[in-house]
Amino acid sequence: MKKTGAEILWECLMREGVEVVFGYPGGANMPIYDAMLNYPVHHVLVRHEQGAAHMADGYARASGKVGVAMATSGPGATNLVTGIATAMMDSSPVVFITGQVAAHLIGGDAFQETDVTGITLPITKHNYLVTRADEIAEVVREAFYIARSGRPGPVLIDICKNAQIEKTEFVYPEEVRLPGYKPPLRAPKADLEKAVHLIERAKRPVILLGHGAIISGAEEVIQHFAVKTQTPVAMTLLGLGAFPASHPLSLGMMGMHGEAHCNLAIQNADLLLAFGMRFDDRVTGTLKTYAPNARKIHVEIDPSEVHKNVRVDVPLVGDLKTIVSDLIPMVDEYEHEEWLQQIAEWKSDGDARSIMTWSHDGKLYVAHLIHDLWEATAGGAIVTTDVGQHQMWAAQYYFMDKPKRWITSGGSGTMGFGLPSAIGAWFARKDEEIWAVVGDGGFQMTAAELTTAVQEGANVKVAVMNNNFLGMVRQWQEFFFEKRYSAVNMLTPDFVKLAEAHGVPARRVTKPEEVKEAIAWARQIQGPALLEFMVEREDAVYPMVPAGASLHEMLRRPVKEAR
Amino acid sequence: MQYTFVTLVENKPGVLNRVASLFRRRNFNIESLAVGRTERPDISRMTIVMECEDETVAHKIEANLYKLVNVIDVQDVTHQPAVTRDLALIKVKAGPEQRAQVNNLAQIFRARIVDVAADSVIVEATGTEEKIEGMIELLRPMGILEMVRTGQIAMTRGAYEGTRRAPGANGNGWHGDEDENALAEY
Repeated sequence: MKKTGAEILWECLMREGVEVVFGYPGGANMPIYDAMLNYPVHHVLVRHEQGAAHMADGYARASGKVGVAMATSGPGATNLVTGIATAMMDSSPVVFITGQVAAHLIGGDAFQETDVTGITLPITKHNYLVTRADEIAEVVREAFYIARSGRPGPVLIDICKNAQIEKTEFVYPEEVRLPGYKPPLRAPKADLEKAVHLIERAKRPVILLGHGAIISGAEEVIQHFAVKTQTPVAMTLLGLGAFPASHPLSLGMMGMHGEAHCNLAIQNADLLLAFGMRFDDRVTGTLKTYAPNARKIHVEIDPSEVHKNVRVDVPLVGDLKTIVSDLIPMVDEYEHEEWLQQIAEWKSDGDARSIMTWSHDGKLYVAHLIHDLWEATAGGAIVTTDVGQHQMWAAQYYFMDKPKRWITSGGSGTMGFGLPSAIGAWFARKDEEIWAVVGDGGFQMTAAELTTAVQEGANVKVAVMNNNFLGMVRQWQEFFFEKRYSAVNMLTPDFVKLAEAHGVPARRVTKPEEVKEAIAWARQIQGPALLEFMVEREDAVYPMVPAGASLHEMLRRPVKEAR
Repeated sequence: MQYTFVTLVENKPGVLNRVASLFRRRNFNIESLAVGRTERPDISRMTIVMECEDETVAHKIEANLYKLVNVIDVQDVTHQPAVTRDLALIKVKAGPEQRAQVNNLAQIFRARIVDVAADSVIVEATGTEEKIEGMIELLRPMGILEMVRTGQIAMTRGAYEGTRRAPGANGNGWHGDEDENALAEY
């Protein structure tokens, strides 16, 4: 039976198991929105397409499934761009479907025509321009397969309006035929043996755990491997949750704002086992002095990441879970008592400097707030963030024991990510407690999505850390620009009134003694709620590796400050 | 030094743009790029010549090309016995008195004169890059009015194959489902 292109699109989305899409209708995708009414799918109308992109991304990261976002041509599609780049940098599987002007108008600067496949070429894993209805089924099938397999990533399908309207025979492709796309799975045995050779001889090994561990579902086998070989585990920002923070072998977060003992362990290691991470500049510091005495084993699914930033001794290209599972029976049980003892000593120095040891001085500190939130939620909430100081404090003090609960924009560092990604995560896991921890700057970029949360009854809590500053930029200006504050002093609206205007119950918190009660109040509300915390204005995130410095050259919180 | 890559890609619209965009995005510098059909209608072949500082850069280029869904195979033929050819059309200033001189030169390089006008001729030359460069140098004093070159194309001799550096990329290592039997030995 013949169907319109728009119907074929929905038929295919149904076969991919799509239950919710985030989007915004417009001239060039109206046939898609019309056909949607005949299919059992929930559409979330956002207030800005960037919100749709982040929601689909948050949905994908919380569920492990492919998220779907839609927009019309021209400005609708270009508004997605920040969200597409965010998903690309963090390997998040999202399929973006945009309307395009009719095929015969392409190239003529028609109303709301933009070269969307051209614009998104470098920020998608792959993209398609569809000009005929009979291409749709195959393209959608491929797009979902590409988005979720291998190293996941965003795929964009730009569908011309005529292709949405035309009728054609609907044939669902039995299989995907992509001669140039075969994600690797296993590493050759000879390479595994080389890795084992290095592991056997290591005295000071460290596992570097990245987002790939969560994407691959490798958490359990990695824990098994780490315990069997007694190897401590450092995590990237996006790897948090892949290994329990409460585990004795956990070193916490590495990198620019990583734990000092974690960075010192990496710098002094004689073997690094990089599992599903890509040696981003934010985790290595300057490469000239990075882990100078360490041999390196890199388990990675994307061949282009091997040797990209750091030359490694043994690359194992394939699926992390599969490769670590293959390694486990090949390695013996090891002890690294001296090494673990050394790390414990470094850690005790860090504990003395921790803001958690401070006595209360009547001011609100984000680190304390995050700790209170962690306690109140028993460490079990899904936490999303924006980007900046609050993000780093949340990473440092909301100790994640489980994967897929920490949703943050890492590679791209996208402000405004927190609220929409929390709404997206709620659609994936409605029974979970969800907190968007945001700063006053980032929150204002996508605050309009509060209404979306209300319209959908999304049970997300927003914690705004308001210091009336763009805090991270201010911190850099303090440290590296002689405290010459430039364009960081930020007036904010009355967030409580703003929330209430959207129909969101809200409270402002100014004193430490109000924090626990306020969190408890927000938690018992069904639906969205907002807490505005008036925090210490000029606090800084420590430790900090200045850009371009060595990983062990950290600015530490002065001990004398600790009271 | 110059590296020569032979790349097979799906014959689909926009693939050349993807390759070019990748090189721009990753800051690789193309010396020449030639695209054309192959013995299979669904596959196109690109010969890409790049200036690479070392093997690491060559590896990066290969691995990044594989990231493109439409790229099927990448071989580095730089160090393999291969036939490489460049085609040049060179319009040289030559009146009736100079024609014989151009013709002589062309014959030495096994090039041909393919067009004769009142005060110019077009020389067609095929060969390795060095040979064509050499001929251009000798023609230059006579006055080159216009020149076009296709860029290098390359093919390995006999059963030789280029090197494939990127482990785990298409055609290298293990790929999953269809190799289930091959995996059994593990």
